[in-house]
Amino acid sequence: MPKETVQLDQVIIRFAGDSGDGMQLTGDRFTAETATFGNDLSTLPDFPAEIRAPAGTLPGVSAFQLHFADHDIMTPGDAPNVLVAMNPAALKANLKDLPRGGDLIVNTDEFTSRNLSKVGYADNPIEDGSLESYNVHPIALTSLTVQSLKDFDLTKKEAERAKNMFALGLLSWLYERPTDGTERFLHEKFERKPEILKANLAALQAGWNYGETTEDFSVRYEIKPAPLAEGTYRNISGNLALAYGLVAAGQQTKLPVYLGTYPITPASDILHELSKHKKFGVRTFQAEDEIAGIGAAIGASYGGSLGVTTTSGPGVALKSEAIGLAVALELPLIVVDVQRGGPSTGLPTKTEQADLLQAMFGRNGEAPVPIIAPQSPSDCFDAALEAARIATTYRTPVFLLSDGYLANGSEPWQVPNVSELPDLTVTFTTENNWTNEDGSTEFMPFARDPETLARPWAIPGTPGLEHRIGGIEKADITGHISYDPDNHDKMVRLRQAKVDGIAKTIPDLEVDDPTGDAKVLVIGWGSTFGPIGAACRLVRDGGGKVAQAHLRHLNPFPANTGDILKRYDRVIVPEMNLGQLCMLLRAKFLVDAISYNQVRGMPFKSHELEAVIKDVISNV
Amino acid sequence: MSDTAVPIALKAKDFKSDQEVRWCPGCGDYAILAAVQSFLPELGIPKENICFVSGIGCSSRFPYYLTTYGMHSIHGRAPTIATGLATSRPDLSVWVVTGDGDALSIGGNHLIHALRRNVNLKILLFNNRIYGLTKGQYSPTSEIGKITKSTPMGSLDYPFNPLSLALGAEATFVARTIDSDRKHLTDVLRAAAEHEGSALVEIYQNCNIFNDGAFDLLKDADSRDDELIRLVDGEPIVFGAEGQHAVVRNAHGGLKIVPTDSVDASEIVTHDAHSSDTTTAFALTRLSDPETLHHTPIGVLRHVERPSYDRLMAEQMTIAAENGVGDLQSLLKGSDTWTID
Ligand SMILES: Cc1ncc(C[n+]2csc(CCOP(=O)(O)OP(=O)(O)O)c2C)c(N)n1
Ligand code: SF4
Ligand SMILES: [Mg+2]
Repeated sequence: MPKETVQLDQVIIRFAGDSGDGMQLTGDRFTAETATFGNDLSTLPDFPAEIRAPAGTLPGVSAFQLHFADHDIMTPGDAPNVLVAMNPAALKANLKDLPRGGDLIVNTDEFTSRNLSKVGYADNPIEDGSLESYNVHPIALTSLTVQSLKDFDLTKKEAERAKNMFALGLLSWLYERPTDGTERFLHEKFERKPEILKANLAALQAGWNYGETTEDFSVRYEIKPAPLAEGTYRNISGNLALAYGLVAAGQQTKLPVYLGTYPITPASDILHELSKHKKFGVRTFQAEDEIAGIGAAIGASYGGSLGVTTTSGPGVALKSEAIGLAVALELPLIVVDVQRGGPSTGLPTKTEQADLLQAMFGRNGEAPVPIIAPQSPSDCFDAALEAARIATTYRTPVFLLSDGYLANGSEPWQVPNVSELPDLTVTFTTENNWTNEDGSTEFMPFARDPETLARPWAIPGTPGLEHRIGGIEKADITGHISYDPDNHDKMVRLRQAKVDGIAKTIPDLEVDDPTGDAKVLVIGWGSTFGPIGAACRLVRDGGGKVAQAHLRHLNPFPANTGDILKRYDRVIVPEMNLGQLCMLLRAKFLVDAISYNQVRGMPFKSHELEAVIKDVISNV
Repeated sequence: MSDTAVPIALKAKDFKSDQEVRWCPGCGDYAILAAVQSFLPELGIPKENICFVSGIGCSSRFPYYLTTYGMHSIHGRAPTIATGLATSRPDLSVWVVTGDGDALSIGGNHLIHALRRNVNLKILLFNNRIYGLTKGQYSPTSEIGKITKSTPMGSLDYPFNPLSLALGAEATFVARTIDSDRKHLTDVLRAAAEHEGSALVEIYQNCNIFNDGAFDLLKDADSRDDELIRLVDGEPIVFGAEGQHAVVRNAHGGLKIVPTDSVDASEIVTHDAHSSDTTTAFALTRLSDPETLHHTPIGVLRHVERPSYDRLMAEQMTIAAENGVGDLQSLLKGSDTWTID
């Protein structure tokens, strides 16, 4: 008898298991299925820094949360409706987030007395009644998987390993997800291991069939596709979008891309991705350390490439001196910082946005660097193009501040039409750019474009324009070494004016204020866009009035930023740091902004932000 | 742009920039600069295709005094910048100028990695066994016990032998020369320039302000013949005014110096810079006394072929594009898309 189907408008599922259980893969595949189905979605992978912490322990728990809906959504969700716990550790670590009445799918096979005691359960929670207020589905996932694979030529271990596919099959049935994408994926992944391929496909099917036959699940759920704008979509993570943005930047500037970098979580995937795209003229160089990475990128920029370096906070610290050099040389350079929890090694796999002031000021001397920050995973693509535009137009290093949440999270992305991408064609200087009084001409490496204040980019190999540059202060126009006090004062101001002038080419800050008469503004930057936006919706759904603005350019700020801030009675600045943007806004615009902070390694929960906003509104 | 389109017939003066040279009078850097300026025309490469990259130190001011492209960068990092330039622009001739502090102290890590990768760089290491620019602190090549401003009771650390280090770092070209010997210096530069890959050239350079006379033993007419071992590829290693000293193998796999007439000619080691085995080259570097430089070999110690990193990188780029250059639209689209209409 076909089971009843219940309509839902949204669901939040969290897959949690041991690091070795393949939870990230399961989450990725469920996400891909959901994307293909046409829901809007947002994901939050959450995994430990250790590759394989001891099996079955709390530090070894790896989780993946997915929020999907029939309408547009902005976050991976505050709390799951459904928790899949593959072992006692996963249950223990995640149960507190599951609201009472939520669905809990547990793999009973793993609830052995040994595993229970590893995480401090005296009794089996599945049996002792402590889970009474949840909707528990105890399933012997491991043994069901092994049983379904008994005809295959596999060891017990190999068969057990397919249990994540069983779980995926079951959930795909439960939420009516298409599985053909996963089947294709498995075919590619196990191309050379036919027996493992067949086993995984069989486990996936067995999970699906189990849903259909078991009485434990009496209903299936349907979440209709979301009405997104017309177009072709794919699912994309922030790091992938960023890598694609850099490839696109090479194409649009018509420059070869040169990535000089050193591996670091959570930025390494950008290196991995770019190393695949040599046929786009992208060179990748894995250097001996972060300093060498940026050094190579600067050398490549000097030679006429689009130099890029990718890292996380600790790497930025090492690169600081070289970024200062790039400021002095006035050469294009993109510095990508995928921020993670700090200080020091901090929380390598967790998100934070506490490198803003490091990007802004973390160099010796007056060394202004433009900063841009993407606001969602797919926005990393556009942010990379914008960074390339600024770097090449103004001959300056540019900071692109992503973070761990954007890097690993994913969302549907309307694939851009390449013919509509901005034309960023760069022309090198090949002729003398200076006319003397007697009519003769010369090349002046520090004569500036009057509009942008950018200096010429004349690359080695250009006859007649041989010149020397360096980190020692240069005379205005000629570029000779100069210790002249007035010249230094002038050059410091010129470099600052050049960066300030970028504001002329960036869009005004926009405010989202549906009623037009909100008295409270919430302003953020970077990856908090989704949670702040969702919180504002919640406030408005409850009848409150609040305006939202989000900064994409942090140096310089959009020209109208000060005017906007002054329009509101109160300004709230939520940040995953201790108030870095807030400090800049207060210093620059003299506004009495309220800082709201969390540094928990996790994105804001929109309900928490909602409460903060409501509280401020009620006190206006 | 210059209107003299170059079929190249450049002279030393074509490589002299209009910048006033600001080294101390008498500094060994002058002699090296003059030697390089008169050597560069020999390369037969147009000026615009030559680039000098330096770090920080007295020696690192070098690029300003040439008319080629040049970059005076930051302390110790010149090999990294030069690596980015050389690997993205294999059409250029890229030279690094560095000091003993720049290359071996703050930049030691970059130096060894550039050498093992065999990036197409010619690295000129000006070794004056002192920090010149910061006014005379001891350096990683200073002898133990060196009294300087920072070591009033004498330095405590054991010095590097830069050539032993380079050999250990898998360098394919390793040489040593002296600022005051113009001909030898030029010969070594020539050999380095002809080498594909990293070439490390250590140049003993006198800092007459903070470490004057550091190489006098090797330079003075009355001692040099007995102290300098001039290596000539393919020739037996003998030295001394009358060739009275010879290099032979010792019982421990190393080398030793004996009176030439005390051994049979067949026992004398023949210098082979092209040997794929670094053992003898390494043993040669160990002949010199780390304190006094007594018995220092100069010339090309090692010169072997290994594909340069630049070439290998270029090959991968070519192979990747064999079936056509990338199509951005299909990259962005990927394989898992859905359409809403
Ligand atoms: C990051 C950094 N640290 C320290 C210095 C100061 N400094 C400049 S040159 C130098 C040592 C130079 O010695 P060496 O490389 O032997 O060059 P020389 O002046 O002897 O030619 C030092 C310590 C600097 N410029 N930058
Ligand atoms: S301090 Fe020494 S190395 Fe520096 S310029 Fe003077 S003599 Fe030369
Ligand atoms: Mg020195």
